[in-house]
Amino acid sequence: MRRDKLTFAMILAIPLMQILLFGYAINTDVRNLTTAVADEANTHRSRQLISELQQTQVTNITLRVATAGELQSLLRAGRISVGVHIPPDFDRRIVDPERAAIHLLTDGSDPTIGGIVDALKQMPLTFDTTPEQDRKEQVEVRTYYNPERRTPVNIIPGLIGVILTMTMMIFTAVAIVRERERGNLELLINTPVTSAELMIGKVVPYIAIGMLQLAVVLVAGDLLFDVPVRGSIVELYLAASLFIAANLALGLFVSTAVSTQFQAMQMTFFLLLPSILLSGFVFPFDGMPRFAQYLGEALPITHFIRLARGIMLREADLLSMTGALAYLALFSTVAITAAALRFSKRLD
Amino acid sequence: MSSELAIQARGLTKRFGNLTAVDHVDLDVPRATIYGFLGPNGSGKSTTIRMLCGLLTPSEGSADVLGLRVPDDASQLKPKIGYMTQKFSLFGDMTVFENLQFIAEIYSFPKQDRRRRIDELLEKYNLTRQRKQFASTMSGGQKQRLALACAVLHKPELLLLDEPTSAVDPQSRRDFWANLFRLAENGTTILVSTHYMDEAERCHRLAILDHGAKVADGTPQELQENTGMSIIEVLADDPYAAQSAIRTMPEVASVTQLGIRLRVLIPSTVDGALDLVEKTLAQHQVTAKVYASHASLEDVFVAVTMPPEQRAA
Repeated sequence: MRRDKLTFAMILAIPLMQILLFGYAINTDVRNLTTAVADEANTHRSRQLISELQQTQVTNITLRVATAGELQSLLRAGRISVGVHIPPDFDRRIVDPERAAIHLLTDGSDPTIGGIVDALKQMPLTFDTTPEQDRKEQVEVRTYYNPERRTPVNIIPGLIGVILTMTMMIFTAVAIVRERERGNLELLINTPVTSAELMIGKVVPYIAIGMLQLAVVLVAGDLLFDVPVRGSIVELYLAASLFIAANLALGLFVSTAVSTQFQAMQMTFFLLLPSILLSGFVFPFDGMPRFAQYLGEALPITHFIRLARGIMLREADLLSMTGALAYLALFSTVAITAAALRFSKRLD
Repeated sequence: MSSELAIQARGLTKRFGNLTAVDHVDLDVPRATIYGFLGPNGSGKSTTIRMLCGLLTPSEGSADVLGLRVPDDASQLKPKIGYMTQKFSLFGDMTVFENLQFIAEIYSFPKQDRRRRIDELLEKYNLTRQRKQFASTMSGGQKQRLALACAVLHKPELLLLDEPTSAVDPQSRRDFWANLFRLAENGTTILVSTHYMDEAERCHRLAILDHGAKVADGTPQELQENTGMSIIEVLADDPYAAQSAIRTMPEVASVTQLGIRLRVLIPSTVDGALDLVEKTLAQHQVTAKVYASHASLEDVFVAVTMPPEQRAA
């Protein structure tokens, strides 16, 4: 123990850190859903409704738009989780038992969609003044992109991210360490090869492997679970290649920081857990506390899951999600530069 | 032989924490010679070699290698040197040919000549039949020939070999040294570390390292002539009794048994060493033949690595 401080630190610090982090960060409550409102009625009662929506804390209204069409494009681009559409004849609809007074547009590509819909339906709204027994549902919830709410459709885009994170990081995390253990490294650093060449040489072949894995998951998803790729497959591959590069670069950085393959594996698993728990893969991202959201935002997988859900399920195009794309590119560049800088062509 | 030096090091020192692995070593290695580092394990041979090729930063002192400062100019130096690690460090899951091709690629060896150069090396290092064999499945001698072929592929001016023959049989070692002589003849400077006396003997010049310090250097002949010891050989029927008898003499610096012979080292400051040994043996009633001998390299090694008080005894 005293001789392998890193492993010792991992044994104690990792479970402690993780229990603190995830214990506080994760909850399955649906709260603070990013919401946009299209108030086409704009009456006293509709404004009252909006303020009630805000008070429920289920929704967090961040945007006001003019039409239902705009709500749909925001939803498609992944900028909102819920769209509230108040039709122009809102005041009349309230008293009409046959018609729903408001429409809630929800994003069915979110894996917590079931919980979201339930939460929205149970919002304590008081605008409904007519007797309970006379009425049909005043709030109509429409689930877009996955109307049947089939779980595989929600899970598989995120799963691609998890699978790629796991395999890609392990590949490169052990790459440098293995060569050091085998002695290849001593030979390589005595040649005119530069650190940057060595790093890039370690990353490029694995991008192709990642692409192959993506193809396997997509084909299996389509054949077994009927999971569609509604958007452009080229764009999906483009997003995936950046994501793969980001993971490989991170793995490479790990590789320069540890001294044995065992430590490299431990580090990879240490990074894998937050990638599953904080990325919005299973637990609702909007409901996490601020600090956990920042951590989640730092992980490449969070951005890739957004891109994958957007392209595969919402038929979104990459141009509407440039932020996530830019982050992945930035992350890859920073990580590979850090790895090249850390990797010294010396042994001491 | 050019009088120019391939390596010139002054006060080269390397410390790892409290341990001084290399302690103020001065080196002058002339070009186109085979220069040996002789020393036991842990004497600083590998560390010195690693400092000379820029892999380790010296804690103190400096070195000029092929006219370049190390480690500052290490990147310019790398294309000019070939390095063979103690442990086989090529890629086991690649074939002999692929390994050579990879090395050629790394050193940016001109593309049009690559094929010819690799064929030439396979021929020269007797690897033509192993061309398509995976490196991991080869014998120790074959691996070593491949490692040497890779180290010289880009025609380096200086070849650094870190215990290259520790894993091969005597025949392979002979062949290996024949290759080294051929390279030196063609102008390559070779620095080779070893703990085998017979190998050290083949070097043009050698330095003996002990506990990180250079304790002697020169040509093997010079070293053998200047041990400062009288070498006396004792051929006894009962070598054990003879050894016990000789050990009672305060003048004796070292006694080593070689089969039924004993090699006795007595500082040359002691007069009449031969008579002294004979007299002692007679006193202990041991019958033995006693005669003067010439210093072998092993005697040199024993003499220079013993504590100074023992040497002067």
